[in-house]
Amino acid sequence: MRNGTDARGVNGDDLEKAKIGRWSISFTALRAYTMVIAMIAIWIFFQVKTVSDIYPYGLFLHPLNFANLLKQMAVTGVLAVGMLMVIVARQIDLSVGSMVGLAGGIAAMTQDHGLVVALGSAVVVGTAIGALQGSLVAWGNIPAFIVTLGGLLAWRGVILYLSRGETIPIRLPVFRSLGVALVQPAVGFILAGVAVAAVIWTTWRRNAARKRHNLPPSSALVTVARIVIPSILIFAFVYHMNRQGGVPLPVLILVFVALIGAFVMRSTTFGRYLYAIGSNPEAARLSGISITRHILGAFAFLGALVGVAAILHTGRVGSASPDAGSLMELDAIAACVIGGTSLMGGRGTVAGALLGALIMASLDNGMSLLSVENATQYIIKGAVLVAAVGFDMAGRRKG
Amino acid sequence: MTAMTALLEMREISKTFPGVRALDHVSFDLQRGEIHALVGENGAGKSTLMKVLAAVYPAGTYGGEILVGGKTMRFSGIRDAEAAGIAVVHQELSLVGEMSIGENIYLGREPKRFGMIEWEALFSSAQRLLGELHLDLDAHTPVGHLGIGQQHLVEIAKALARDAGILILDEPTAALTESEAEILFAILERLRKKGVGIVYISHKLGEVFRLADRITVLRDGRTVSTDPAGALDTARVIARMVGREVTDLFPTAVRHPDNVVFEARNVTVEDANVPGKILVRNVSFSVRRGEVLGVAGLVGAGRSELLMGIFGAHGGPHRGEFFVDGERIDIRHPHDAIAHGIGFVTEDRKKFGLLLDQSLVTNMTLATLALMGKLLVHVDAETAAGERSMRDLRIKAPSVFVDAMTLSGGNQQKVVLAKWLLTNPKVLFLDEPTRGIDVGAKQEIYLQINRLAEEGLAIVLVSSELPEVLALSDRVMVLHEGRVTGEFTRSEATAEKVMACATGQTRAA
Repeated sequence: MRNGTDARGVNGDDLEKAKIGRWSISFTALRAYTMVIAMIAIWIFFQVKTVSDIYPYGLFLHPLNFANLLKQMAVTGVLAVGMLMVIVARQIDLSVGSMVGLAGGIAAMTQDHGLVVALGSAVVVGTAIGALQGSLVAWGNIPAFIVTLGGLLAWRGVILYLSRGETIPIRLPVFRSLGVALVQPAVGFILAGVAVAAVIWTTWRRNAARKRHNLPPSSALVTVARIVIPSILIFAFVYHMNRQGGVPLPVLILVFVALIGAFVMRSTTFGRYLYAIGSNPEAARLSGISITRHILGAFAFLGALVGVAAILHTGRVGSASPDAGSLMELDAIAACVIGGTSLMGGRGTVAGALLGALIMASLDNGMSLLSVENATQYIIKGAVLVAAVGFDMAGRRKG
Repeated sequence: MTAMTALLEMREISKTFPGVRALDHVSFDLQRGEIHALVGENGAGKSTLMKVLAAVYPAGTYGGEILVGGKTMRFSGIRDAEAAGIAVVHQELSLVGEMSIGENIYLGREPKRFGMIEWEALFSSAQRLLGELHLDLDAHTPVGHLGIGQQHLVEIAKALARDAGILILDEPTAALTESEAEILFAILERLRKKGVGIVYISHKLGEVFRLADRITVLRDGRTVSTDPAGALDTARVIARMVGREVTDLFPTAVRHPDNVVFEARNVTVEDANVPGKILVRNVSFSVRRGEVLGVAGLVGAGRSELLMGIFGAHGGPHRGEFFVDGERIDIRHPHDAIAHGIGFVTEDRKKFGLLLDQSLVTNMTLATLALMGKLLVHVDAETAAGERSMRDLRIKAPSVFVDAMTLSGGNQQKVVLAKWLLTNPKVLFLDEPTRGIDVGAKQEIYLQINRLAEEGLAIVLVSSELPEVLALSDRVMVLHEGRVTGEFTRSEATAEKVMACATGQTRAA
């Protein structure tokens, strides 16, 4: 995911430095490291707590459980990538949970017309709803909070009406497999090889481009590290997953979505303008950017990803129930915020949002393994969310 | 004034901001039943002096002494000043639009009984106050439903509700229509008869001479003079306001303007919030290749609105015909203006110019990316462009990747300038390009303006600093209340002539 590590500063020093002892480190980097360290701490905690006779090294990170965790995370992760775009543009979407229910339900209802129709209609419905809500925000000047709060209620109502309150089982095997299937181990390694090749290619291209524009080239050590570290992580991950049968297909889909999201946010003018609009809408407008068009685009993009998330979720559960997806909007927003996205707009990265989704999924999964009561789970997740933002604000004040 | 104790006396007030001496031993006094006008150029220290009086800057942060009714006062906050009977009506409104007139007038001082607000008492006394001011308004009307002018009158009512003995009005007529201004003048006359002391800050010398008993002129943070209004005339006041020599802060340049690049005809701009209030009326001008056209005028003359209207960025109704290189162009959105080669360094860089929490390179390439309509950002190409601009404009920053908020004001202003130069404009609008930056940075901006003009750019320069306009412009156009009141060539333009036009006298050439 190195495409999305830092959408703002390519490799620049940040002036906002935090001091730790005699070490001085940029605040943005400090925050990213802290989140990664927090996640590793959470993992170690659950790993130690799940040691048993059957799993002497702990169950939590065992391939069987970890694959499960990632399948759960895939849905939230896809939603978080879309939510990130909307939040970066200083908007919000509260309706994605209900949209997951509606898009998944319509996919289930149309499955008799074939796989393409079923999956296509989920994505089309998501995009259309996103575009509708986006245009109400952009052209109608209705605050996004209100439009999508209305959507949260209305789309849930629509799927209750269409399904008459019944749960529809998924009969198409391919549809189900999208949410649960494992990629053949051999194919997994081939894809890992392709990914490493892509890492090498982008690093090489980057160095060539720097030379072309007379910028100082990266040192050999940095270049090698840029290639070797991601490559090791990619192969280690695939090897780990292959021990339980292969990389889950939804995880592969999430990686694909995240790469697209990171590319859009970092390398396209569309993404750049979303940051600009979220940072200072007036300055963006005076620089010749159409605010309405880009806000509409962000909502439509999120809508399309909601369609994808609905497919993954419905496939994993194996049926479309009218209350599917409830509260997913909050998971997606929480993932973005824990990952460093500012609700005031202008700040946030795809990598951060995925890290946030992974932390949320780890807490969910770990606490379930430890049979923590539902009530306690909610309280802990809420506290983590508030604490993450509290840390952020405290750091920003010092910086 | 005689042995009678002054209502208010400010003795030897000095106030320093980092790097700037805003007030230098300024003395000022006010008698009961007097209107004392305070005039001076933008930045002369009028507002700072009144902020000292109103304890926006509390005791201890300034030098000198304040006496009210002969007693030395040390206000530690705005509340103390209010308690001493000092009420300020600022240029910016401090009303809550959603609340009624009555609620606004008594906001924070609601009449209470057993801890509960007595609404009947509140509204009846508010209504009585409105009646005393001859304002035909219902105290229950939400303030947001009123026009801006009426809101200012409510603001004045709010100040009077505190039984203020000292009333400070800062540019009270800037937002008023003529008839609303008449209402205000009538109110002030009645207050004067009641013995209220009024400090009247205004750029409009016509009003000043009509109302004031005495006039104090401030310049560069010092008192130039205090005289009875009868002993003065407009010309003398203007001379005292501008009487400053233009130092060699300004680099000299010889330019040879070429053919006309940009022309605007009959630009009219209306207020976005008050339908029918005209901010700019039938203004026409043109600017040549390699020429700097200065636009002078006082705050509220409609200079920024003129540029915003042309640029397609004004929120309210606006019309006019625009020509670039002789061809008629249509501007509906800033994007159209940029596409036709117009660049606009807007005033207030933090509000309109910069993405403060984004990198310098993001800021600098923003308008260019939008102009090119490209889909992809080539990070390395834009980094190279950003670093080139940084060298050309001598922007001081560790790298192009730091956030814009970390830079000093002068360097921030250069980043905004870089943004527009990267779009390769034919004509560049500069609105207050040196506001709030230090003298060194100002001079660098002046050098850039000269360099750009020499390279053939057409520049329209709006500035409230008269010496700046006079030194940099090949021609000066003066606006007053949205109209052109004068136009001068470089050799004709003098501070006195321009200021006379800016204060509403039309040019007697």
